[in-house]
Amino acid sequence: MGAQKKGATARVSEDPEELARHPLQAILLADSFTTKFRPITLERPKVLLPLVNIPMINYTLAWLESAGVEEVFVFCCAHSKQVIDYLESSEWSSQPNFSVTTIESHNSISAGDALRLIYERNVIHGDFVLIRGDTVSNMSLTQALQEHKDRRKKDANAIMTMVVKQSKPSPITQQSRLGTDELFMAINPVTKQLLYYEDKAEYSKGFISLDKTLIADNPSVILHNDKQDCYIDICSQEVLSLFTDNFDYQHLRRHFVKGLLVDDIMGYKIFTHEIHSSYAARIDNFRSYDTISKDIIQRWTYPFVPDVLCGSSAIKVERQGTYRASDVTLSRSAQLGSFIFIGQGTKIGNDTKISHSVIGERCTIGSNVTIEGSYIWNNVTIEDGCQLRNAIVCDGVILKSGAVLQPGVILSFKVVVGQQFVVPAYSKVSLLQQPTQQDSDEELEYADSTSGTGELRSDKLNGDIAPDLSETASELGTGGVGYIWKVFEGAYDEEWRHSVAPIPTDKLVKLMLDRDEDEELLTQDGNVISASGELKTDSDGNGSEDDDNEDSRDDYVSFEKEVEATFLRAVHENVKVDLAVLEVNALRLSYNMASVDCGGAIFYSMMKLAVESPHNSASELHRNAADIVTTWQKLLKSFLHDIDEEIEVILKFEEMCLESAKDFAALFPQVFLMICLDLEDALMGSR
Amino acid sequence: MPYTNQAAALIHSVKAVGERLIAANPVELAVGNVVRRVLHIVREEDLSLTTAAMAGLNLSAESDDEDDTDRDNHPALSAAAIAAASRSTLRPPSLQTLLEDVPDSAAVPHTSSSGGDSEGKSKSADKSSRSRKLKHDVIEAVNELIQDISTCHELIAEQAVEHIHQNEVILTLGSSRTVLEFLCAAKEKKRSFRVFVAEGAPRYQGHLLAKELVTRGLQTTLITDSAVFAMISRVNMVIVGAHAVMANGGVIAPVGLNMVALAAQKHAVPFVVLAGSHKLCPLYPHHPEVLLNELRSPSELLDFGEFSDCLDFGSGIGAPLLHVVNPTFDYVPPKLVSLFITDTGGHNPSYMYRLIADYYSADDLVLERRTTSGN
Repeated sequence: MGAQKKGATARVSEDPEELARHPLQAILLADSFTTKFRPITLERPKVLLPLVNIPMINYTLAWLESAGVEEVFVFCCAHSKQVIDYLESSEWSSQPNFSVTTIESHNSISAGDALRLIYERNVIHGDFVLIRGDTVSNMSLTQALQEHKDRRKKDANAIMTMVVKQSKPSPITQQSRLGTDELFMAINPVTKQLLYYEDKAEYSKGFISLDKTLIADNPSVILHNDKQDCYIDICSQEVLSLFTDNFDYQHLRRHFVKGLLVDDIMGYKIFTHEIHSSYAARIDNFRSYDTISKDIIQRWTYPFVPDVLCGSSAIKVERQGTYRASDVTLSRSAQLGSFIFIGQGTKIGNDTKISHSVIGERCTIGSNVTIEGSYIWNNVTIEDGCQLRNAIVCDGVILKSGAVLQPGVILSFKVVVGQQFVVPAYSKVSLLQQPTQQDSDEELEYADSTSGTGELRSDKLNGDIAPDLSETASELGTGGVGYIWKVFEGAYDEEWRHSVAPIPTDKLVKLMLDRDEDEELLTQDGNVISASGELKTDSDGNGSEDDDNEDSRDDYVSFEKEVEATFLRAVHENVKVDLAVLEVNALRLSYNMASVDCGGAIFYSMMKLAVESPHNSASELHRNAADIVTTWQKLLKSFLHDIDEEIEVILKFEEMCLESAKDFAALFPQVFLMICLDLEDALMGSR
Repeated sequence: MPYTNQAAALIHSVKAVGERLIAANPVELAVGNVVRRVLHIVREEDLSLTTAAMAGLNLSAESDDEDDTDRDNHPALSAAAIAAASRSTLRPPSLQTLLEDVPDSAAVPHTSSSGGDSEGKSKSADKSSRSRKLKHDVIEAVNELIQDISTCHELIAEQAVEHIHQNEVILTLGSSRTVLEFLCAAKEKKRSFRVFVAEGAPRYQGHLLAKELVTRGLQTTLITDSAVFAMISRVNMVIVGAHAVMANGGVIAPVGLNMVALAAQKHAVPFVVLAGSHKLCPLYPHHPEVLLNELRSPSELLDFGEFSDCLDFGSGIGAPLLHVVNPTFDYVPPKLVSLFITDTGGHNPSYMYRLIADYYSADDLVLERRTTSGN
C-alpha cells in the first residue's frame, strides 16, 4: 500500500489524492521510559499490566483500530521479548486491515531515542499518530486528522497537532485526579496554535512567565490551566527528522514541545485539538491507574469497557456497575458493593466484603476479608481475615491469614505476606531488591540482570538466595517473602501524591491552604492571572514580576520630580552647590533612594533644562548642554562615586534620547562624548 | 465419513458461525434471530426433500428387491440420507419419523441403497443431484429471507393506511426507519395527520426524525421526553419502533418507551409497535432491564470536562459520589402493547408465540454447540 511512495522524500505533496493514498500509520511507544511503576515494571513491562483485567496495550490498540489506523509500529524496549510474545499470541497479529509491527531496541533510553530509531528504519511515509501504550481513549480521530491536514496544506510548518481535553480547573483536581502536575498552556483561541507549555510550574513562585513577544505577535492569547494533555499527537514526518537533527531531545514534552516553542526552530508550529465528549487519558502513575480504572468501570471509555473488549459474553454487567465473569464462585454471605470487577474462576468466601475493586482471574479469597478500592491481579491467594485498602496486588501474591495492607501498598509479583503482618502505608514490596541509586526520571525500565540484580544494596550483595529469604522473613512477618523498598530521602513527601490511595485529608487540607495562600499573594499584587482569562496585548509580558516593582517605580517618578524642582531652584536662585547637594541628599533619604538614583535624576534635570532653554540649532543645544554640565559638574560629581553610577547616568541619557528629549537624538554621539569626558574629569578629581 | 447427512453438517457449521456472531454482540438479538431462521430453513428444506424422496420410494418399492445383491458392492457410495429414507420406507411412514430430527445417526450401519436405482452409477448421480437440490433449495430460501428482511419496511409501510386515519395525532419517540416509512406511506396516500416526536434523550434521534418528517411535508411537533404525559391526552395513537420483540410479546425498545407505554395505557391510547419479522426473538426475557441492556458512555449525558471535579477519586473516600447510568433500552411488558405490526400483518401480543413457532424450530432455541456435538 505504501510501497509506491517508499523512496519518495518526506516533503508534503500538494496533491490531496497523493496524501490520501497512504494508509494511516501510528507509532505506539510500548515503554514509558520512567520508573514510576517500579517495582512492578522490573518484572513486567508497563503496557502489559492489567487495567481492569485487560492489558493496557489492548485499550490503546483497540482504539487505534477503531480510529481507522491501518499500520501500527509498536516500539518496545524494556522487556521487549514479553511485549513481542504477547502481541504475537494475541488477536492483534491476525486482524485484517490492521497490521501491528514491532520494532525492538535494547539501548534506547528515552522517547527521543525511540523516534530517532524509527526514523532510521524509514517506515513512516506520511502523517502519523504518536501515542504511548498506556493511553486510554475513545475519541474519533477523523476531525483532528482533517484539521491537521487542512492546516498542513495552508502552512507546511504546522507539524504537530496535540490533543487536549478540558478538565475542571478546580484548584486541586488535576493533582488529585491523575496525579500529574498542573499544566499551563497558552493557546491562540483563533488558530488554536500552542504558544506556551509548562508542566513543571512551581507554586512556590506563584507566577509563570510568558515571553513578551508571544503577546506582541498574537492578537489574543488564552492562558489555560484547565486543560489536560492526552498524550495523543498527530505528527508529520518532520517530527521524526527534528528528533534526529536535535539529538539531545529526549522527552517528548519537556524537550521537543518546549524546544520547539521556545527556540522557534525553522518556524515549526504546534497546534491543539480539543475534544469534548470523548475520553482520553494517560496512565502516568499509580494514581492515574486508579482513576482511569474507575473511569473504565464507570464506562466513560465506552465502547472500550471490559464486557465489550473481552469479546465473548463471558463478562456481564449487572446493577450498580458490577462486572462479573460467568464462572465466579461466590459464597452466599459475601457482600459485593458497587463498581467491582470479578474475573473468571475466582472464588470468594463467606462474609467477605468487596467494594470499588478489581479482582482478576483464578483468585482465591477467603472468609471475612475486606477489600476496598484495591486492584488484585490474577492467581492471588488471600487467606481468611485479611484487610486490603487501596492497594495493588500483582500476580501470584499470597496474603497469609490476618494480613493487613494499609492504603497505598504495592505488592509486586509472587510476594508472600506473613500471618497477621501489617504492611505499612505506601510501601512497595518486591521479590527483587531495590537498586541502590535513585534513578533519574529518564531511566530505562529494565529488569534484566544488569540493572535488576546488579545494583543490589551492598549489605545484601554477598548473600545467596537462602539467607536472603530468611532475612526477609522478618521484613514481611513469619513466612513472608519479599523486600520492602526503602523510600528515599525527600521522596517520602511525594509518595502520597502518586499513590493509589486517596490523598489523606490532612494533605488535602494543606494543599488547599497552599493554594489559597498563593492566590492571596497574587491578589495582593493586584494582578491575578485568571484561570483562563484573556491577557490583553498591552499588558506587560513579564506579568507579576514587574507588578512587584510598580510601587517603587511610582516612588521614583515623584522623587525625580522633586530633584528636578530642587535643581531648577538652584539654577534660578544661584544656590551654592554644597547647599544643593545637601538638599538632594535630604530628598534621597526621605524617598529612601540610592545615590545612583540621585545621579540619574540630577542628570535628567540638567538635560531637561538644556532642552527647555531656548535654542535654534543643534549646535546651540549642544553648547547649552555643555554649559550646564560644566557649571553643575560638582553637584553631579558628588553623587557619582563609582563606575556603576556613571553607567546609570549614561543609560538615563539614552532613555531620554529615546523618549522625552527627541532633539538630543541627533546629537547623541557628540553629547555622549562630552558626558564621557566630563564624567572622566569629574571622577579624576574625586579619585 | 464424507457422506454423512448433508443437512446435519450444514446445520452444524451454521451453528458454529452463528455462535461466534452472537458472542460478538450478545445484546443485538436480531443476529441470533437470523441465524435461527437460517437453521430453520435448512431443516425445512431437508425435511421436504426427504418426504419427496420417500414418496418416490413408495412408488418404486416393488422393483427394488431384486437389486439387493447389487447394493452390497457399492457400500461407500450409499448416501446416508437416502439410506435413512429407504429405511423409513421399510417401516410405515408415520408422523413420528417425519418430525424426528434428520436421522443422521442411523446412516452407517445400513449401507443399503434401494433408492429405486438398479446401478451404482445412477445411485451416485441421484445422491449428488439430491445434495445439489438441497443446496439449491437452501440458497433460494435464504435469498428469500434476505429479500424479506430488506423489504420489511415497505411491507410494514403498506399497512399504514389501515391504521392511520384522517386528522389523527400520532406520537412517537426517538427515531426508527420503520416508523419514518410507515408515516410517510400514510402521507403519500393523502392522509393528513400530525406527528408529535419526543426527542429521545440522550441521543436525541427524535430531532433527526422531526427534520426528516418535515422535509417529507408532514406536520410535526417536537416535544421533550418528559412532556409525553402532558401531550398524550391529545394523541390518537402511539407508533414506535422496537429493538426486539420477545416470545412473550414484551418489547425491548429505546429507553423512555416504557414511560410512553404507561402514559398511553393511562389515557387508553393504542400503543402500536412496528417490527420486522427478523426482530422477533424466540427467547423469553429474564431480567431484561439488565441482561438485555447495553450501558453506554456517560459522556452522552454530561461533559466529562465540566464534571471532572465530581469524579475525583484522589480525595475523600476514594470513590466518586456521582454515578452516571446510561442504558440504551427499556423493556415494555406485553400488557402495555396494543398491537404489533410486522411484515405479515397486525398481531396481538398474545399471538407472538404462534409466529415464533412458524419461523423457528424448537431445536434451535438454544444455540450452543454442546447440544449438537454429541454426534
